[in-house]
Amino acid sequence: MSLDHTKNIIEVNDVSFSYGNVPALKNITLVIHQGDYVGVIGPNGSGKTTLLKIMLGLLKPSSGQVRLFGKPLSRFREWSKIGYVPQKAINFDPLFPSTVREVVAMGRYGKRGLVRWLNKDDQEIIDRSLRQVEMFEYKDRLIGDLSSGQQQRVFIARALAGEPEVIFLDEPTVGVDVKTQEQFYTLLEQLNKELGLTLILISHDIDVIASEVTELACINQTLVYHGEPKEFVKGDYLQKLYGKNIRQILHDH
Amino acid sequence: MLFDIFHYSFIVRGLEAGLLIAIIAPLIGIFLVLRRYSLIADTLSHVSLAGVAIGLLLKVNPLFTALGASALSSIAIERLRTSKKIYGETALSIFLSGSLALAIVLIGLANGFNVDLFSYLFGSILTVRQTDIYLIFSLTVIITILLTIFYKELVYISFDEEAARVSGIPVRLFNNLFILLAAATVAIAIPIIGILLISALLVLPVVTALQFKKSFKITLLLAEVISISSVLAGIFTSFYLNVSSGGAIVLIMLAVFVLVLAMKGGPTHSLGKR
Repeated sequence: MSLDHTKNIIEVNDVSFSYGNVPALKNITLVIHQGDYVGVIGPNGSGKTTLLKIMLGLLKPSSGQVRLFGKPLSRFREWSKIGYVPQKAINFDPLFPSTVREVVAMGRYGKRGLVRWLNKDDQEIIDRSLRQVEMFEYKDRLIGDLSSGQQQRVFIARALAGEPEVIFLDEPTVGVDVKTQEQFYTLLEQLNKELGLTLILISHDIDVIASEVTELACINQTLVYHGEPKEFVKGDYLQKLYGKNIRQILHDH
Repeated sequence: MLFDIFHYSFIVRGLEAGLLIAIIAPLIGIFLVLRRYSLIADTLSHVSLAGVAIGLLLKVNPLFTALGASALSSIAIERLRTSKKIYGETALSIFLSGSLALAIVLIGLANGFNVDLFSYLFGSILTVRQTDIYLIFSLTVIITILLTIFYKELVYISFDEEAARVSGIPVRLFNNLFILLAAATVAIAIPIIGILLISALLVLPVVTALQFKKSFKITLLLAEVISISSVLAGIFTSFYLNVSSGGAIVLIMLAVFVLVLAMKGGPTHSLGKR
């Protein structure tokens, strides 16, 4: 896959959003290019999940515009280019009667379109996605019976099954132990480097994310910083983001 | 002999209607249960009672008026729910008590009807008319076809509505379509099951099947088996013991549920986690 790092995948242009009278985002402008691995970070309540939902068209911005693959959201139809791993992935209904394979198959539904059943090609892509996240042996297990780390992998496989060009992940490692987290980030790095997938990763876990991603966007209602993680760590952005004693906290970690 | 033949024609109608209802009930019920919509069935059935009352008052087939009332209210309920102006369950209780009030007033205005209201409340194979069979049959075919066509979208929306939306599925359209189909199912189940027992028909076989902890397809299949066998057994019981068919069916379903629950290790194992 040849990557064009100048190609705009997502353009967020002067976007603001408020819940009733409570402003959540102010004048965010952000461009994400093909092949980027972007960490969107910010404290709780900073509006990062809101921004993600706006980028995905789940929320309408109060003002400003979002373009996906060059098209305004209202006219964007190529949803199969978008993969989504929601935060909910770890607190979905554990009683839902679905096998791992059935869950991953859902990722194929949008691609296949309405009134069409999945065919043999789809089944192969589903199996391939399961192998990519090393969950193929678990394909007949019930999703609710897996550990949260394994479930997280299944949700990645579901996103992969749609053969997307970009994957959005909302706090994917919440509730997952440290060792599983490491494996998880290795997997994301592979997806980004080997498959050339554009990744947008929402997290509040700054020190972990900063060492993984190629670009950081820091949000606290406004866009506080956007650039390489190195520069971010050098600068005093953390103070802006979290207040004074954040360096102390990071060193203790 | 004559007596036997008389019995024969209505029990055949009852079995036909029952079988059709038993087939579609789990198809609708599985999505109702998984989406925490179980109470909608109850609400729509009470709305249907108001519909039945209107039908009896206007002297048209109550099944048609029940269908109309149920379908219209289902869309209104969905609108209210998505508008987020009031809580979802509040919308349900407003419709439930409101339509019950309307039904009671209409029944009072007509000085009681010359029909057995009891059979509409609890179901009776005697209430099934030949025109009902045609209506039930056509709606069963339509509902089954639509649910088969849109099976994958409905599964996705039930599992993860947000991700379904991001994948480009027109979620709102499907929610409206689904609740309309649920409304139709509730309305046509009235003659056999009765207004007060419909939600049990939709919910019990599915909840029982869920205890087996199998894939979506197998769960649906198990629910179908439980639903069809309980409904048929219930109608025979109702015939031989001369009791309400709805009551007999629901008691049999309940017995199966309790049996399966006991076999599978009790309710704490499955529902306690939530």
